Amino acid sequence: METLGHLAHGFSVAFTPVNLLWCLLGTTLGTAIGVLPGLGPALTIALLLPITYQVAPEASFILFAGIYYGAMYGGSTTSILLNTPGESATIVTALEGNRMARSGRGGAALATSAIGSFVAGTIGTMGVAFLAPVVVKFALAFGPAEYFSLMVLAFITVSAVLGSSSVRGLTSLFAGFVIGMIGVDLQTGQPRFTFGTNELLDGVDVIIAAVGLFAVGETLYMASRRYAGKDEIVPLKGSLYMTAAEWGRSWKPWLRGAAIGFPIGAMPAGGAEIPTFLSYAIEKKLSKHKEEFGTVGAIEGVAGPEAANNASAAGVLVPMLTLGLPTSATAAIMLSAFQSYGINPGPLLLTTQGDLVWGLIASLFIANVILVILNLPLIGLWVRLLKIPAPQLYAGILVFATVGTYGISQSPIDLVILYLLGAAGFLMRRFDFPTAPVIIGMILGPLAETQFRRAMTISNGDWSVFYTHKLSLTLLTLAFIGLAGPHIWAFIEHRRRRGPEHVPGDA
Amino acid sequence: MSTSDPQAAAPRLAMPELLIGVGLLACAGAVAWQTLAIPVSPLYSKVGPTVFPYITMTGMIVLSLLLILAALRGGWQPEEEKETPTDWKAMGIVVIGLVANLVLIQPLGFTAASVIMFVLVCYGFGSKRTLRDAVLGLILALAAYFGFARALGVNIGAGFIENQLNTVIDAFITVLRG
Repeated sequence: METLGHLAHGFSVAFTPVNLLWCLLGTTLGTAIGVLPGLGPALTIALLLPITYQVAPEASFILFAGIYYGAMYGGSTTSILLNTPGESATIVTALEGNRMARSGRGGAALATSAIGSFVAGTIGTMGVAFLAPVVVKFALAFGPAEYFSLMVLAFITVSAVLGSSSVRGLTSLFAGFVIGMIGVDLQTGQPRFTFGTNELLDGVDVIIAAVGLFAVGETLYMASRRYAGKDEIVPLKGSLYMTAAEWGRSWKPWLRGAAIGFPIGAMPAGGAEIPTFLSYAIEKKLSKHKEEFGTVGAIEGVAGPEAANNASAAGVLVPMLTLGLPTSATAAIMLSAFQSYGINPGPLLLTTQGDLVWGLIASLFIANVILVILNLPLIGLWVRLLKIPAPQLYAGILVFATVGTYGISQSPIDLVILYLLGAAGFLMRRFDFPTAPVIIGMILGPLAETQFRRAMTISNGDWSVFYTHKLSLTLLTLAFIGLAGPHIWAFIEHRRRRGPEHVPGDA
Repeated sequence: MSTSDPQAAAPRLAMPELLIGVGLLACAGAVAWQTLAIPVSPLYSKVGPTVFPYITMTGMIVLSLLLILAALRGGWQPEEEKETPTDWKAMGIVVIGLVANLVLIQPLGFTAASVIMFVLVCYGFGSKRTLRDAVLGLILALAAYFGFARALGVNIGAGFIENQLNTVIDAFITVLRG
């Protein structure tokens, strides 16, 4: 087994004292920001991007991966005790988890979610280690046309298929494209969308975009609805040690959740919403305690979705590491960290940056172990973090937002852009536009453009490359089905159901 | 389906959503204007730097028209958001805090500007203990400043407070190194 050899080497990279410290720092920070409402992994990693100028790639990716995994663990604590899902991925956890906490079984809910996250995270990370080399073999056959088509597919799934409206999702994505194109065109050196200013020649930094949308936008949103229902923290009750019956009811949902979450995360669609909702529906159907769902809270309804969430988070790393295809805002920002090191994620990454990739994967296993310790015996610490009052929390977030943005070039223009994007982020929250496609569009858009132009240059300006190459055609067809399929389906359903009723009126 | 379907309950025009749609159309216009401003070398006439901007512009026009259509049909804002009244006063104070930070960061330096922003934002969110907030803000701003400036090597605008502290710390380090 070649993979096991690589993995062993990865552990030798990850097990150095310094890298273990980075992992510990990342997981601790990740849990903290996961617990705190208003802060997420995408924002945190964006704020920490300057670290890429200071330390080796291994160290910063171990840190980022720890934050990424840690936020998943921390987010479930908030969902269970506060009923405010910090992220869309933990909405489902709040459904049953908060009910369990209210009926005095918060301890068991936290335990099954932490241990379930560990089990599924470990399975998912194993999946990354074994699937990545397979995807690489497949991806080596990709030319620029195929890459472009694959990116189109990812754009459609990320913005149009997931989420509540394909028009709003695509609007966010296109806004991201525009932001991504600002600055000097790398192939011809022409400035684009700079409105004649010098400040925009370098483009809009992803830090500014992420901080504006996620930190400033979120703060304005919270301020605008200060009086809209205060959340109460449910005091932690119930033993953190699960009873035999609770173990018995948890282990199958963990495995099923992992089996649902990883493949969906690993597809170029990503997103944790679909696997968590799917897992919830399945557990509800299979449970012998259906009466607990929606009433006192069923442990299966926490165990399954939490496992699915963590496994899909691991799955997202597969297209990111092997194809350079980020399918979540966090993955997109990690991709820009790669770019900051001058590393291009893609099929060659596993061979050219073996130390980095396998060290990263090994550190994910270690992160899972650290996280289960941080989140069970030390849960009391995190509960205390939940008590930070909103005024100081959001004011503090803005201070860090200023440091992160103003530090880039000490230009007040950056702050103006930050605030404009914050206002946009506020409107997007109020009017139900997803924000992740903006970040994905701004990072992946320029890469898609590069592949597009490369393909067109090779074909001497002949557009047919995109549909004469079989693989490319397949990917574009899938993208088209993803975009149009649901609408056509709804139209047919509408006709089928409404059709006969209309006949008398029409006649 | 036509927009003037007499059978459907008369769809109410949703003003905020309409403004968003029109605003996006204006953005598409700005994209078109900026795309026309990109000088194209004849060498790159096939796939030059303008092809993607044009694709993006077309997409934005189509999407903004679809959004305007949705706004004419009654909009899409979720009920929960519609029912929540906007707390303009709280938001206004937070915005004042942000603007104060923007205006003061160059003359006063990062720490002082941050403390003022911190206090204003806390006040906007309903905190009444201004003095305590100022102390908290100072501690946090200094932690953030020294965390980023000295540990991450990011150069943040230094003002009077930072310069004094930097001098003290540098002197301290020199003494330690003996």
